[in-house]
Amino acid sequence: MSEWEPSAGIYELRARAAMLAEVRAFMSLRSVMEVDTPSLGQFAITDPNIELFEVATPDGTRFLQSSPEYAMKRLLASGSGDIFQLGRVFRSGEHGGRHNPEFVMLEWYRVDWTHYQLMREVAELIAETLRLSTWQIWSLDALLDHFCQINLHDAAELELKVAAENAGIDVVGDLDKLDYLDLLMTHVVEPGIASWGLVFIIDFLEQQAALSRIIERSGNSVAARFEAYVHGVELANGYWEESDPNILMRRFEADNDLRASRGQPVRKIDERLISASRAGVPDCAGVAVGFDRLLMLAQGRSELSQVMPFSWALA
Amino acid sequence: MPNFSTNEFKPGLKVMLDNEPCSILENEYVKPGKGQAFNRVKLRNLRSGRVLEKTFKSGDSLEGADVLDIDLEYSYTDGEFWYFMDPNTFEQHSADKAAVADAEKWLKEQEKFEVTLFNGAPLTVTPPNFIELEITETDPGLKGDTAQGGSKPATLSTGAVVRVPLFLSEGEVIRVDTRSGEYVSRASKA
Repeated sequence: MSEWEPSAGIYELRARAAMLAEVRAFMSLRSVMEVDTPSLGQFAITDPNIELFEVATPDGTRFLQSSPEYAMKRLLASGSGDIFQLGRVFRSGEHGGRHNPEFVMLEWYRVDWTHYQLMREVAELIAETLRLSTWQIWSLDALLDHFCQINLHDAAELELKVAAENAGIDVVGDLDKLDYLDLLMTHVVEPGIASWGLVFIIDFLEQQAALSRIIERSGNSVAARFEAYVHGVELANGYWEESDPNILMRRFEADNDLRASRGQPVRKIDERLISASRAGVPDCAGVAVGFDRLLMLAQGRSELSQVMPFSWALA
Repeated sequence: MPNFSTNEFKPGLKVMLDNEPCSILENEYVKPGKGQAFNRVKLRNLRSGRVLEKTFKSGDSLEGADVLDIDLEYSYTDGEFWYFMDPNTFEQHSADKAAVADAEKWLKEQEKFEVTLFNGAPLTVTPPNFIELEITETDPGLKGDTAQGGSKPATLSTGAVVRVPLFLSEGEVIRVDTRSGEYVSRASKA
């Protein structure tokens, strides 16, 4: 087997170049400024479900960034206005048909917008790049009721476990409620919405807030987040951003507690982000889109390697 | 045996699951952007042959299974065990009824069989895809009837019964596909 050739064909590489230009034109038209923040940061995300590549440098360990989020928020706090970044991010261990440990992320922030306004703009981007002009919005609990007949907000861990068993999922090991929810999402909901085109999911559980704010919806506290799925493929993840430094600090500490309890390395909290939040990150909404997945969908492909010059195995 | 993590689950890897030796067939990584990663894994239970689909949290691990596939020559049976010999070391391995299973009807002396050893003992016996065996019992052949049409049962030297064309008779050697149990051709040399 020849090992030197690219994993994508020349046709797909041309489409890739065209889509990179198309995204930049889309942002330029809307006066969103391109930024390129560093790949090697001194701090790392605390999220327990994201692992990073550590790089030894003459000035100590640095981390290949899993998202430009923290750096971009420091720019927002300094008065950048609306900004986007189209660049490489890195996640250790994420390798499969729809995952590559190194990938291109399109991330952008809109000042004074909520996640609802940002969803509309994501839909516009998808309409342009995927020629998909209709979309629907589902709350997470409505989707789980639809596919698994459970009431997410009231359901105990056991009910999710039973729903997983009813769906024929055979899990090895112990899961908690959030793990079962992720299991139902990947095994039941994603295949279930594969024929629905563009679907936005909103109103995530409070515990899934990450860096989004918590809002009240129909009597439940939910995370002001959305995810965009196209043909059952997760494509984008957006937040109405939480900017209170004390709330952020508590979330980072909770992440680290969970990391410690699972035996994962505890992360130094990014004090520069906290300082920026104290100085004032403006009210904003932000979203990250997996550029390679967008291209994969546009090209009607099922594996990321088919649209990347050199996939992880060939890099 | 060493432990293998989900990211090492490559097709063909032999692992222990619920105390049963299994072979990995497929491994698919799934992960919500902000959530727990899972591996959806298809495995074959090497004892029963059954295919299982299991989901693991990414990063979990399974113990490797001490499983080895080797080619052994069938020697004889004493009714309780079937004895196989390693033609290189002359070492004898005894397989029980469960290990021999469906391969029993193809067991021909001095023929090589693929034997899967689990912890050093035969777990399964797989016959070669094609085997040549003598017809020991069948209705008399119809001379000259080599044209199309009709078949009849024939018992072979190992006890297997296959359907053969009408023109074949006792004492002839035929080639059989052991996977389908179907007659292929007359053997080139009887």
